[in-house]
Amino acid sequence: MITLTDQPFAPGELLTAFSLGRSETGAIATFTGLARAEAGATQVLELQAYPGFTERQIGKIADQARERFGLHDLAVLHRVGKIAPGEAIVFVATAASHRRAAFEACDFLMDYLKSRAPFWKKETGPGGDRWIEPKLQDHADIARWETTT
Amino acid sequence: MARVLLFGRLSDIAGWQERDLEGMSLFALRARLAEEDAALGQALSGPGVQIALDQEIVRGDAAVTARSEVAFLPPMSGG
Repeated sequence: MITLTDQPFAPGELLTAFSLGRSETGAIATFTGLARAEAGATQVLELQAYPGFTERQIGKIADQARERFGLHDLAVLHRVGKIAPGEAIVFVATAASHRRAAFEACDFLMDYLKSRAPFWKKETGPGGDRWIEPKLQDHADIARWETTT
Repeated sequence: MARVLLFGRLSDIAGWQERDLEGMSLFALRARLAEEDAALGQALSGPGVQIALDQEIVRGDAAVTARSEVAFLPPMSGG
Protein backbone atom coordinates (compact mmCIF):
# COMPACT_ATOMS: atom_id res chain seq x y z
CA MET A 1 0.00 0.00 0.00
CA ILE A 2 1.27 3.46 -0.92
CA THR A 3 0.14 6.28 1.37
CA LEU A 4 0.93 9.98 1.70
CA THR A 5 0.03 11.69 4.96
CA ASP A 6 0.41 15.14 6.47
CA GLN A 7 0.11 13.71 9.99
CA PRO A 8 2.87 12.34 12.26
CA PHE A 9 2.86 8.53 12.48
CA ALA A 10 4.15 5.81 14.83
CA PRO A 11 6.40 3.35 12.95
CA GLY A 12 5.91 0.58 15.53
CA GLU A 13 2.16 0.56 15.05
CA LEU A 14 2.61 0.33 11.30
CA LEU A 15 4.94 -2.67 11.68
CA THR A 16 2.50 -4.40 14.04
CA ALA A 17 -0.35 -3.95 11.58
CA PHE A 18 1.80 -5.01 8.61
CA SER A 19 2.90 -8.21 10.39
CA LEU A 20 -0.59 -9.46 11.20
CA GLY A 21 -2.07 -12.57 9.62
CA ARG A 22 0.97 -13.76 7.69
CA SER A 23 1.48 -17.51 7.82
CA GLU A 24 3.81 -17.88 4.81
CA THR A 25 5.97 -14.77 5.27
CA GLY A 26 9.27 -15.64 6.93
CA ALA A 27 10.80 -12.16 6.87
CA ILE A 28 9.71 -8.58 7.22
CA ALA A 29 12.23 -5.75 6.83
CA THR A 30 11.41 -2.14 7.60
CA PHE A 31 13.10 1.21 7.21
CA THR A 32 12.12 4.39 9.06
CA GLY A 33 13.61 7.71 8.00
CA LEU A 34 13.66 10.59 10.50
CA ALA A 35 14.10 14.31 9.92
CA ARG A 36 17.52 15.44 11.20
CA ALA A 37 18.10 18.72 13.05
CA GLU A 38 21.60 19.09 11.50
CA ALA A 39 22.81 20.70 14.75
CA GLY A 40 20.20 23.43 14.61
CA ALA A 41 20.65 24.23 10.89
CA THR A 42 17.25 22.68 10.07
CA GLN A 43 14.27 23.90 12.06
CA VAL A 44 11.64 22.45 9.79
CA LEU A 45 11.49 20.34 6.63
CA GLU A 46 8.72 20.78 4.14
CA LEU A 47 7.86 17.98 1.74
CA GLN A 48 5.83 18.67 -1.37
CA ALA A 49 4.23 15.97 -3.54
CA TYR A 50 2.17 15.97 -6.74
CA PRO A 51 -1.01 14.27 -5.47
CA GLY A 52 -2.09 11.36 -7.64
CA PHE A 53 1.07 11.40 -9.75
CA THR A 54 3.36 10.79 -6.76
CA GLU A 55 1.40 7.75 -5.56
CA ARG A 56 1.22 6.28 -9.07
CA GLN A 57 4.95 6.73 -9.71
CA ILE A 58 5.78 5.04 -6.39
CA GLY A 59 3.25 2.33 -7.30
CA LYS A 60 5.19 1.57 -10.50
CA ILE A 61 8.44 1.05 -8.60
CA ALA A 62 6.59 -0.97 -5.97
CA ASP A 63 5.40 -3.31 -8.76
CA GLN A 64 9.02 -3.67 -9.91
CA ALA A 65 10.12 -4.47 -6.36
CA ARG A 66 7.36 -7.08 -5.96
CA GLU A 67 8.45 -8.86 -9.11
CA ARG A 68 12.21 -8.49 -8.73
CA PHE A 69 12.37 -9.68 -5.11
CA GLY A 70 9.33 -11.96 -5.06
CA LEU A 71 7.68 -9.96 -2.29
CA HIS A 72 4.49 -11.11 -0.61
CA ASP A 73 3.59 -7.53 0.25
CA LEU A 74 4.99 -4.06 0.82
CA ALA A 75 3.99 -0.79 2.42
CA VAL A 76 5.25 2.75 1.83
CA LEU A 77 4.07 5.63 4.00
CA HIS A 78 5.53 9.06 3.23
CA ARG A 79 4.95 12.36 4.99
CA VAL A 80 4.11 15.56 3.13
CA GLY A 81 3.87 19.08 4.54
CA LYS A 82 5.88 20.42 7.47
CA ILE A 83 8.01 17.98 9.49
CA ALA A 84 9.90 18.78 12.69
CA PRO A 85 13.36 17.30 13.48
CA GLY A 86 13.00 13.87 15.09
CA GLU A 87 9.71 13.08 13.36
CA ALA A 88 9.45 10.17 10.96
CA ILE A 89 9.37 11.15 7.27
CA VAL A 90 9.12 7.75 5.63
CA PHE A 91 8.29 4.16 6.54
CA VAL A 92 8.92 1.22 4.21
CA ALA A 93 8.04 -2.40 5.01
CA THR A 94 8.65 -5.45 2.83
CA ALA A 95 7.45 -9.01 3.37
CA ALA A 96 9.05 -12.06 1.73
CA SER A 97 9.66 -15.74 2.36
CA HIS A 98 13.27 -15.14 3.37
CA ARG A 99 15.29 -12.29 4.82
CA ARG A 100 17.59 -11.48 1.90
CA ALA A 101 14.73 -10.54 -0.42
CA ALA A 102 13.05 -8.46 2.30
CA PHE A 103 16.26 -6.55 3.14
CA GLU A 104 17.18 -5.92 -0.48
CA ALA A 105 13.70 -4.83 -1.51
CA CYS A 106 13.60 -2.35 1.37
CA ASP A 107 17.01 -0.96 0.32
CA PHE A 108 15.90 -0.76 -3.34
CA LEU A 109 12.69 1.10 -2.46
CA MET A 110 14.52 3.63 -0.29
CA ASP A 111 17.15 4.33 -2.96
CA TYR A 112 14.33 5.00 -5.38
CA LEU A 113 12.43 7.23 -2.94
CA LYS A 114 15.51 9.36 -2.23
CA SER A 115 16.14 10.50 -5.78
CA ARG A 116 13.41 9.35 -8.18
CA ALA A 117 10.07 9.64 -6.42
CA PRO A 118 8.13 12.86 -7.07
CA PHE A 119 8.82 14.74 -3.83
CA TRP A 120 10.42 18.13 -3.31
CA LYS A 121 12.03 18.91 0.00
CA LYS A 122 12.72 22.33 1.49
CA GLU A 123 14.84 22.87 4.57
CA THR A 124 14.21 25.96 6.70
CA GLY A 125 16.81 27.08 9.23
CA PRO A 126 18.32 30.24 10.70
CA GLY A 127 19.97 30.91 7.33
CA GLY A 128 16.69 30.83 5.39
CA ASP A 129 15.14 28.30 3.00
CA ARG A 130 16.96 25.79 0.85
CA TRP A 131 15.60 23.24 -1.64
CA ILE A 132 17.34 19.89 -1.30
CA GLU A 133 18.35 18.05 -4.45
CA PRO A 134 19.72 14.51 -4.74
CA LYS A 135 23.41 14.20 -3.94
CA LEU A 136 26.00 12.28 -5.96
CA GLN A 137 25.76 9.54 -3.33
CA ASP A 138 22.00 9.22 -3.95
CA HIS A 139 22.58 8.75 -7.69
CA ALA A 140 25.34 6.21 -6.98
CA ASP A 141 22.99 4.36 -4.62
CA ILE A 142 20.25 3.94 -7.22
CA ALA A 143 22.79 3.03 -9.93
CA ARG A 144 23.67 -0.12 -7.94
CA TRP A 145 20.29 -1.60 -8.86
CA GLU A 146 20.72 -0.84 -12.54
CA THR A 147 24.04 -2.67 -12.88
CA THR A 148 23.20 -5.84 -10.96
CA THR A 149 20.90 -8.47 -12.40
CA MET B 1 -7.44 26.60 -20.67
CA ALA B 2 -4.60 24.23 -19.83
CA ARG B 3 -3.58 24.02 -16.19
CA VAL B 4 0.12 24.64 -15.54
CA LEU B 5 1.71 23.47 -12.27
CA LEU B 6 5.14 24.29 -10.86
CA PHE B 7 6.81 22.25 -8.13
CA GLY B 8 9.74 22.70 -5.74
CA ARG B 9 12.04 25.63 -6.34
CA LEU B 10 10.28 26.48 -9.61
CA SER B 11 7.22 27.86 -7.79
CA ASP B 12 9.45 29.91 -5.46
CA ILE B 13 11.21 31.43 -8.47
CA ALA B 14 7.95 32.18 -10.30
CA GLY B 15 5.94 33.29 -7.27
CA TRP B 16 3.00 31.06 -8.30
CA GLN B 17 2.22 27.37 -8.20
CA GLU B 18 -0.72 27.01 -10.53
CA ARG B 19 -1.99 28.95 -13.54
CA ASP B 20 -4.35 28.51 -16.46
CA LEU B 21 -2.93 29.21 -19.90
CA GLU B 22 -4.40 28.68 -23.35
CA GLY B 23 -3.54 25.38 -25.02
CA MET B 24 -0.45 25.30 -27.26
CA SER B 25 2.46 22.92 -27.70
CA LEU B 26 4.58 22.14 -24.65
CA PHE B 27 7.63 23.92 -26.03
CA ALA B 28 5.53 26.96 -27.02
CA LEU B 29 4.09 27.03 -23.53
CA ARG B 30 7.54 26.90 -21.99
CA ALA B 31 8.74 29.68 -24.33
CA ARG B 32 5.72 31.79 -23.38
CA LEU B 33 6.52 31.40 -19.65
CA ALA B 34 10.18 32.29 -20.34
CA GLU B 35 9.13 35.43 -22.22
CA GLU B 36 7.14 36.62 -19.22
CA ASP B 37 9.75 35.68 -16.63
CA ALA B 38 13.36 35.20 -17.68
CA ALA B 39 14.42 33.68 -14.34
CA LEU B 40 11.65 31.10 -14.56
CA GLY B 41 12.51 30.44 -18.20
CA GLN B 42 16.09 29.68 -17.28
CA ALA B 43 15.02 27.42 -14.40
CA LEU B 44 12.57 25.51 -16.64
CA SER B 45 15.35 24.72 -19.10
CA GLY B 46 17.76 23.79 -16.31
CA PRO B 47 19.28 20.35 -15.79
CA GLY B 48 17.00 17.66 -14.48
CA VAL B 49 13.71 19.48 -15.03
CA GLN B 50 11.11 17.00 -16.35
CA ILE B 51 7.67 17.71 -17.76
CA ALA B 52 4.54 15.70 -16.99
CA LEU B 53 1.60 16.02 -19.37
CA ASP B 54 -1.62 14.76 -17.84
CA GLN B 55 0.48 13.10 -15.14
CA GLU B 56 2.72 11.16 -17.55
CA ILE B 57 6.37 12.11 -18.05
CA VAL B 58 6.98 13.27 -21.63
CA ARG B 59 10.27 13.86 -23.41
CA GLY B 60 10.22 16.18 -26.38
CA ASP B 61 7.39 18.37 -27.59
CA ALA B 62 3.71 17.42 -27.40
CA ALA B 63 0.32 19.00 -28.03
CA VAL B 64 -1.36 20.64 -25.05
CA THR B 65 -5.14 20.82 -25.20
CA ALA B 66 -7.51 23.03 -23.24
CA ARG B 67 -8.10 20.16 -20.80
CA SER B 68 -4.43 19.26 -20.31
CA GLU B 69 -2.48 19.47 -17.08
CA VAL B 70 1.17 20.38 -17.54
CA ALA B 71 3.57 20.05 -14.61
CA PHE B 72 7.19 21.17 -14.49
CA LEU B 73 9.16 18.92 -12.13
CA PRO B 74 12.62 19.92 -10.87
CA PRO B 75 15.02 17.26 -9.51
CA MET B 76 13.17 15.10 -7.00
CA SER B 77 14.18 14.30 -3.45
CA GLY B 78 12.18 12.23 -0.98
CA GLY B 79 12.84 10.09 2.05
